[in-house]
Amino acid sequence: MSDANANSYWKSNIKLVLSLMAVWFFISFGCGILLVDVLDNFRFGGFKLGFWIAQQGSIFVFVALIYIYIHQMDKLDKKYNTSSSATESSASAEESS
Amino acid sequence: MSVQIWTYGFVFLTFGLYIGIAIWSRAGSTSEFYVAGGGVHPLANGMATAADWMSAASFISMAGLISFLGRDGTFYLMGWTGGYVLLALLLAPYLRKFGKFTVPDFIGDRYYSQSARLIAVFCAIVVSFVYVCGQMQGAGIVFSRFLEVDITTGVIIGMAIVFFYAVMGGMKGITYTQVAQYCVLIFAFMVPAIFISIMMTGQPIPQIGFGSELTEAYGGGYLLDRLDGMSEALGFATYTEGQRSTQDVFFITAALMFGTAGLPHVIIRFFTVPNVRDARRSAGYALIFIAILYTTAPAVSAFARTNLINTVSNLEYSSAPEWFSKWETTGLISFDDKNGDGRIQYVGDPVANELNVNRDIMVLANPEIAELPNWVVALVAAGALAAALSTAAGLLLVISTSVAHDMLKCTFMPQITERQELLYARLSIFVAVLIAGYFGINPPAYVAQVVAFAFGLAAASFFPAIVLGIFNKKMNKQGAIAGMIAGFTFTAGYIIYFRFINPAADNADSWLFGISPEGIGTMGTLINLAFATVFAKLYPEPPAEVQEIVENIRLPGEAIPR
Repeated sequence: MSDANANSYWKSNIKLVLSLMAVWFFISFGCGILLVDVLDNFRFGGFKLGFWIAQQGSIFVFVALIYIYIHQMDKLDKKYNTSSSATESSASAEESS
Repeated sequence: MSVQIWTYGFVFLTFGLYIGIAIWSRAGSTSEFYVAGGGVHPLANGMATAADWMSAASFISMAGLISFLGRDGTFYLMGWTGGYVLLALLLAPYLRKFGKFTVPDFIGDRYYSQSARLIAVFCAIVVSFVYVCGQMQGAGIVFSRFLEVDITTGVIIGMAIVFFYAVMGGMKGITYTQVAQYCVLIFAFMVPAIFISIMMTGQPIPQIGFGSELTEAYGGGYLLDRLDGMSEALGFATYTEGQRSTQDVFFITAALMFGTAGLPHVIIRFFTVPNVRDARRSAGYALIFIAILYTTAPAVSAFARTNLINTVSNLEYSSAPEWFSKWETTGLISFDDKNGDGRIQYVGDPVANELNVNRDIMVLANPEIAELPNWVVALVAAGALAAALSTAAGLLLVISTSVAHDMLKCTFMPQITERQELLYARLSIFVAVLIAGYFGINPPAYVAQVVAFAFGLAAASFFPAIVLGIFNKKMNKQGAIAGMIAGFTFTAGYIIYFRFINPAADNADSWLFGISPEGIGTMGTLINLAFATVFAKLYPEPPAEVQEIVENIRLPGEAIPR
């Protein structure tokens, strides 16, 4: 990969990571801790909303965030043709032998 | 059949399985011993990571702790899962690309310094030892309660099993036994949860049962409302409201998240997959497997709490169920008939309260309290052992690689051959098992708090050093070393002061900014970052070839040869 490509690959990566981290912070520390009492005024089923986010909802969001990351990075790898999977599995096969 | 026969059956069956796997997956080379040859499928690695991660604390203690903490218990749930987002986004792919064996390997090479490597070795060993003692003690509790052997015998049996497959198979053996252990532990956790959820709410999915209405037999109304009502009536804190200060919950959650992402036994699991793409995938699988237990746990907590209050409150002591007296003999439940009326008064006011229930037994006793079939009770024991042993094995491997690879091969005895290195690795597991077993039999006073200590230390030492090493090309060795030492010393000092030197002062008034010792690791992380940034400015940039390594690990391409 050329230097320019490597640079823009890294920049897209950072942008993706930062935006996912913003959601991570907002849901866990924001909704689950700082705003929990406000959100508790809303209810669904037997749950208070804030309590539910703190004890369950946030975990579902964490899983979703990692999957968005995996998916977007696969797309990015394809775009820059970094060939992470193809060449490398043969390389690691050699390593272990 | 009695619970004991069922338990013996399950324990023999599962232990036989682990030993069988160990024999099948013997390790022949250091690469196999340290990272399972780097050829583990991401799905298998995800399961192994989940078992590695979910320790006796997650399986046995967490739901119990939450059932006594109510909403404040959130910091365990979010802290121990949210850290995987950090791990997946900030660490795992880059460390896999870097492609070495251990965390000190990364620190030593990235910061071109043997001192940095040795500091990392020291942190890794301290963190892992602290953590492994808790596992051994967890195994001891299960053995003594369910197999009715004494704790010492229980710990020795556990040690022998872990020793056998860790020494034989190294990372390869550990990985595949952890896959089996994950299956055992998740099955053992889910079956009683589903049973109880159906019984109490008619809803087979505990996550939904948590927010559902109770059945007629339990008096109807939403479970959580009912629990809040009962708690208030007896003078306990309202279950769905927080008692701790917001900043304390915030800091504890952050410390557990940073700690999760900095624990060496979790990080090294990502060295075992074939490439960067698989490292990302594997982090995703791991969190799904963990989330199954972690979203069930708060439901189990609420069920268990409701059930406990329902069963024991105002119960005539002479008609107490069998499980009650069995746990009483282990000393984990105690009853003191203060007003002499022969009934159990279980209330929030400590003066009038007559019942003390150890938090650690809630998950283990829950199936018995709910009167589930004997085989379910026995299954929980097997699951708890799987959780304790899988984590213990992962931690012992970190200790062994730190000694054999980082200290001997890379620092003090670079001339040793691969065969000798392998021998030293096996020897150091042997010594580590003995030390861990000793602490399992003679546990330090507060095991749960000591485990929180491990997280704080990992958060304050490794996490910032690794993240800076990847995302800040100009970070130099002086910065990293200063940061690790400052973060580790501050955090260790704070915890040791409040837990061991001056425990009388361990309350919100004397804590720094109202942050409890469990949450101080977050402050340690910030101090580490601050020191690293300042010291990095005072000294020259890292050499060009190091900066090149950093450029290189940022791109997925081919791994740097080991």
